[in-house]
Amino acid sequence: MKRDKKNNLLPRRTNAREKAGFRLFLLTTPILIGVFIFSYVPLLGWIYAFFDYKPGIPVFESQFVKLKWFLMPFNNSVLRDQFLRVMKNTLGINVLYLLAMMLPMIFAVLLMEIRSVKYRKFIQTFTTIPNFISWVLAYSAFFSLLSNEGLINNLLQQWGVLKTPINFLADTSHMWLKMLGYHLWKGLGWGAIIYISAISSIDAEVYEAADIDGAGRLAKIKHVTIPFLIPTFFVLLVLQIGNIVNNGIDQYMVFSNAMNQDYIEVLDLYVYNNGLKLGNISYATAIGMWKSVISLVMVFGANKISKKVRGSSIF
Amino acid sequence: MERKRKRTAVDWAVDSVLYIAFGLFTIACIFPFYYIFINTISDNNLVTTGRITLIPIGLHLENYKNVLKLNTIPPAAFVSLARTIIGTVFIVFVASFPAYAFTRPEYWHRKFWYRFVVITMYFSAGIIPIFLTYKTLHIYNTFLVYILPGVVTPFNLILCKTYIESLPQSLEESAEIDGAGYMQRYLKIILPLSKPILATIAVFSAVGQWNNFMDTVLYIRDKSLFTLQYVLYQYLNQANAIAEIMREDPTAMAQHGLSTLLTPLTVQYTICIVTILPVLLIYPFFQRFFVKGIMIGAVKG
Repeated sequence: MKRDKKNNLLPRRTNAREKAGFRLFLLTTPILIGVFIFSYVPLLGWIYAFFDYKPGIPVFESQFVKLKWFLMPFNNSVLRDQFLRVMKNTLGINVLYLLAMMLPMIFAVLLMEIRSVKYRKFIQTFTTIPNFISWVLAYSAFFSLLSNEGLINNLLQQWGVLKTPINFLADTSHMWLKMLGYHLWKGLGWGAIIYISAISSIDAEVYEAADIDGAGRLAKIKHVTIPFLIPTFFVLLVLQIGNIVNNGIDQYMVFSNAMNQDYIEVLDLYVYNNGLKLGNISYATAIGMWKSVISLVMVFGANKISKKVRGSSIF
Repeated sequence: MERKRKRTAVDWAVDSVLYIAFGLFTIACIFPFYYIFINTISDNNLVTTGRITLIPIGLHLENYKNVLKLNTIPPAAFVSLARTIIGTVFIVFVASFPAYAFTRPEYWHRKFWYRFVVITMYFSAGIIPIFLTYKTLHIYNTFLVYILPGVVTPFNLILCKTYIESLPQSLEESAEIDGAGYMQRYLKIILPLSKPILATIAVFSAVGQWNNFMDTVLYIRDKSLFTLQYVLYQYLNQANAIAEIMREDPTAMAQHGLSTLLTPLTVQYTICIVTILPVLLIYPFFQRFFVKGIMIGAVKG
């Protein structure tokens, strides 16, 4: 406002503008109040982590226990084992996802090597469909193929490979890899789109110049396409590193069952199971806060590193 | 430029591998849905014994008729549809109006309020505090919980703002000189001009609303507010639930011959197709917006 006054020679007009600006602010207040209620007010709920809260009794009549719940995973041996297992799952699965982050880029680069535009469009269309389908439906799809009565078991039995069906969804071997597999089935085609649009924005002259220099297919990919995509890749990588403790909950919830629970219970699911299923509100809130703090540190840390290493930050 | 070079044997080999590998992955992406579909229209006896593999046998549509008669499905479909339509309208309006307001330099403490909104992208109170807040606000276990919390999405707001900033300023200025107020300018100039970005946001929100099932899991107990996704999730999880519904609705069993009888598996498959259909129907329409939406999304806030 002050700057406006300095730059504007007519004080009256400034006043009118200020009034207009305030009126505009008033027009948006319902939305700002909405943001406040749904994003800021829930932060007050963090106080539950400092009390021995039992549902039904108001929180201020509960006992104030300071950091008891935050230290729980370090002091109580049962909870420590649980917490360590959950952290192992969370980080393990996320590290696999990080390693797989190159795949959408490779997918895009190879797809652009396909000469037939029609076939390329066809692949692009149908590999993005799974992204627009909920995890519940994705699970249905895998259920139809992998369950005891699923297609794969039926075929293997008909061909005499198997005598008794294997329930792939309950079987606990390679659980993390399977989760990665489902994740890739759903997201690979979609993840490639951003690289595809980047590749199609590369100037054709660059490729022509490479042609004249006698570059083959591989050389063009190596020296033109990939270097061009690296910045995009790094931005996505930094974002993903920032999310190393966030898995979301949908995928793990729909795929979890009594058998595989121990291998795919990630932090978000653990918080849900403890807080809303078992009613340990205070403990779950404390774990949730640990998670928020870690991910905030990771986001800003990753951003700082990217600033130092590459000289550019994402925000 | 490809014509200049002669294709070598290596080129042929590489190309064939690529064509086949991509073909297989594409099939893997759509085959499960095809497989579920042929199971829903095939003879239910063959489905139960696992005889249906690549082509449907004993075509019939009884499963669809029967599933629509289940007392869980029509209300759930209605709730899903209602939240998708209402939610999308709200999201589009609420993304675009403040986005427009934030492009106006005279907005009262613009920088502060813009940050106030955008910063919420980077933190969340967490599942439990949010749950407790909704309980205190009395939107827990009501239809509002589907609409209100998701209305302001900072990311959509950023997309909209970036887009509006790229529009030619002179149009709005001339309207301002003509004495048009903010609302008039927003409705008559900004909205019509930002159709492409609004369509992108609308389509993504609609799919998001239709697909969301966690909010039902977390905040809804009332059966009349269950969505299709949640009902399907229940069917997948509780084989018992199916047996129960069969008991509740014996007419579905009694009226038909054995070959069209509902079984847990066919119920689940049929609901799956019913739930997936709307997304597949609008898919060709919204596919046009993909690349554009993503490219705008790549512009950082």
